[in-house]
Amino acid sequence: METFILVFKVLGFGDLCLYPASFEYYAPASLDEAIDLLNKHREEARVLAGGHSLIPMMKLRVLRPAYVIDLNRVKGLKYIEEKGGEIRIGALTTYYDVITSDIVKRRVPILAECASVVADPQVRNWGTIGGSLSHCDPSGDMGSSILALRAKMVAKGSSGERVIESDDWFVGSFQSALKTGEILREIVIPTPKPGSGGAYLKLERKAGDYAIAAVGVQVTLDGSGSCTYAGIGLTAVGPTNLRAKKAEQALVGRKVDDRVIEEAARAATEDCRPTDDPLRGSAEYKRAMVGVLTKRALNKALADAKRSR
Amino acid sequence: MLVNPRRITLRVNGLNHMVTVEPRESLLDVLRKQLGLTGAKKGCDMGSCGACTVMVDGKSRLSCLTLAVSVEGMDIVTVEGLSRGELDPLQEAFVRNDALQCGFCTPGQVMSAKFLLDIIPKPSVEEVKYYMSGNICRCGAYPKIIRAVLDAAGEVKRNG
Ligand SMILES: Cc1cc2nc3c(=O)[nH]c(=O)nc-3n(C[C@H](O)[C@H](O)[C@H](O)COP(=O)(O)OP(=O)(O)OC[C@H]3O[C@@H](n4cnc5c(N)ncnc54)[C@H](O)[C@@H]3O)c2cc1C
Ligand code: FES
Ligand code: FES
Repeated sequence: METFILVFKVLGFGDLCLYPASFEYYAPASLDEAIDLLNKHREEARVLAGGHSLIPMMKLRVLRPAYVIDLNRVKGLKYIEEKGGEIRIGALTTYYDVITSDIVKRRVPILAECASVVADPQVRNWGTIGGSLSHCDPSGDMGSSILALRAKMVAKGSSGERVIESDDWFVGSFQSALKTGEILREIVIPTPKPGSGGAYLKLERKAGDYAIAAVGVQVTLDGSGSCTYAGIGLTAVGPTNLRAKKAEQALVGRKVDDRVIEEAARAATEDCRPTDDPLRGSAEYKRAMVGVLTKRALNKALADAKRSR
Repeated sequence: MLVNPRRITLRVNGLNHMVTVEPRESLLDVLRKQLGLTGAKKGCDMGSCGACTVMVDGKSRLSCLTLAVSVEGMDIVTVEGLSRGELDPLQEAFVRNDALQCGFCTPGQVMSAKFLLDIIPKPSVEEVKYYMSGNICRCGAYPKIIRAVLDAAGEVKRNG
């Protein structure tokens, strides 16, 4: 967000106008009704979840939707449940809900760790997992955990539902795979096997800030201590949240010792694509930090994995 | 002329208020301008400072990033709602510990502290820092703010 403000100032727009352009507001009670409204107004409409990204962008007039469709009155979009080897999270589930969920703590602690370093308490109380993923900010924290867990997104539009793999979700900066007229309904995470562990580590300039760089790691070890699954997601070091594929390959099928961890951390620095940024440091610095964070996150995730065997 | 005006009922500090608002108006502006509740402050209007923090359905929330229309029927509490005749113990702790200088950030600080003590009645210093991290104090009164919150929770040795 600060990047937007900076761009505005640099472009000489001068005083920021902190009122959104006028719009018409709808608060539908059902998802079908919301989808009908969205398909009626198409590009002119935006859905509202927590509003912590949408409202600032509207105040800056980066977005000027003529219609805002509030999802907060839609029933049945706020839940975390585990069934048949999957954890399902409704799009309107807040960071707070994620952090305090027993299912998350037990099965996918990486998500709680990740949600607990997003922004500040007020934002975590009302910001949603669906809003974060739909917003597709390359500095968004949730996206990297979703990549590390290889979750799937369930989108609903006027012609029904479609399931989108996390690898296909992050199309570009602030661009998800959602098509006009679609709403993200649910996130589906395959329940990690016994012997799994995860960690999300974020380097920030100050409390509550977006990441300089952050790394999410999810691993599974078999009985002999070999790595059977590795998922690594990177935040703020590319045009989107990125999957560190070379780093993952450095781990899978091997007994993970310090040398292998070093190798994976080095591979992650090759996987990332950071750019120089006037607020949060040079590309070189961020690349180095990806190495450090990957190593630390791996150590933490592996210790968890060993403990849960 | 109002664009797309709506007549809504906001429930603030236990009372229902009928107001006419544009959908684009923030809860903060409606509280301050229409209801005369100027406790919540406008620091940045962009979600960065926490001065506008109020409680909505029991959870702290930035009123500058909240559309007033979106919280119709929800239970809104501002700093004015804490003190009924006399100060809330939390406010007393802020006074006792001199936890402010200019006081601009204080209503937001108090509301964040309220949320913290609602979910963790006996917080540690680290928990206080973590849960108060969404509120900036330009005067830098942080040490005394932390002390005031601990005091309100009965977690500080008065003479320590
Ligand atoms: C001060 C501050 C600091 C922040 N710091 C961080 C940080 O450190 N890390 C971080 O990751 N984020 C940060 N954020 C962003 C925050 O996490 C947002 O809450 C989140 O990105 C968006 O969630 P939301 O529910 O508020 O979505 P909204 O703002 O309501 O929506 C965001 C976008 O997604 C669309 N959308 C929302 N829900 C859906 C859906 N179900 N289907 C389709 N489209 C949808 C909206 O139309 C909009 O375009 C910060 C925000 C603030 C204000
Ligand atoms: S005025 Fe709302 S966060 Fe600053
Ligand atoms: S007391 Fe002045 S800003 Fe906090």
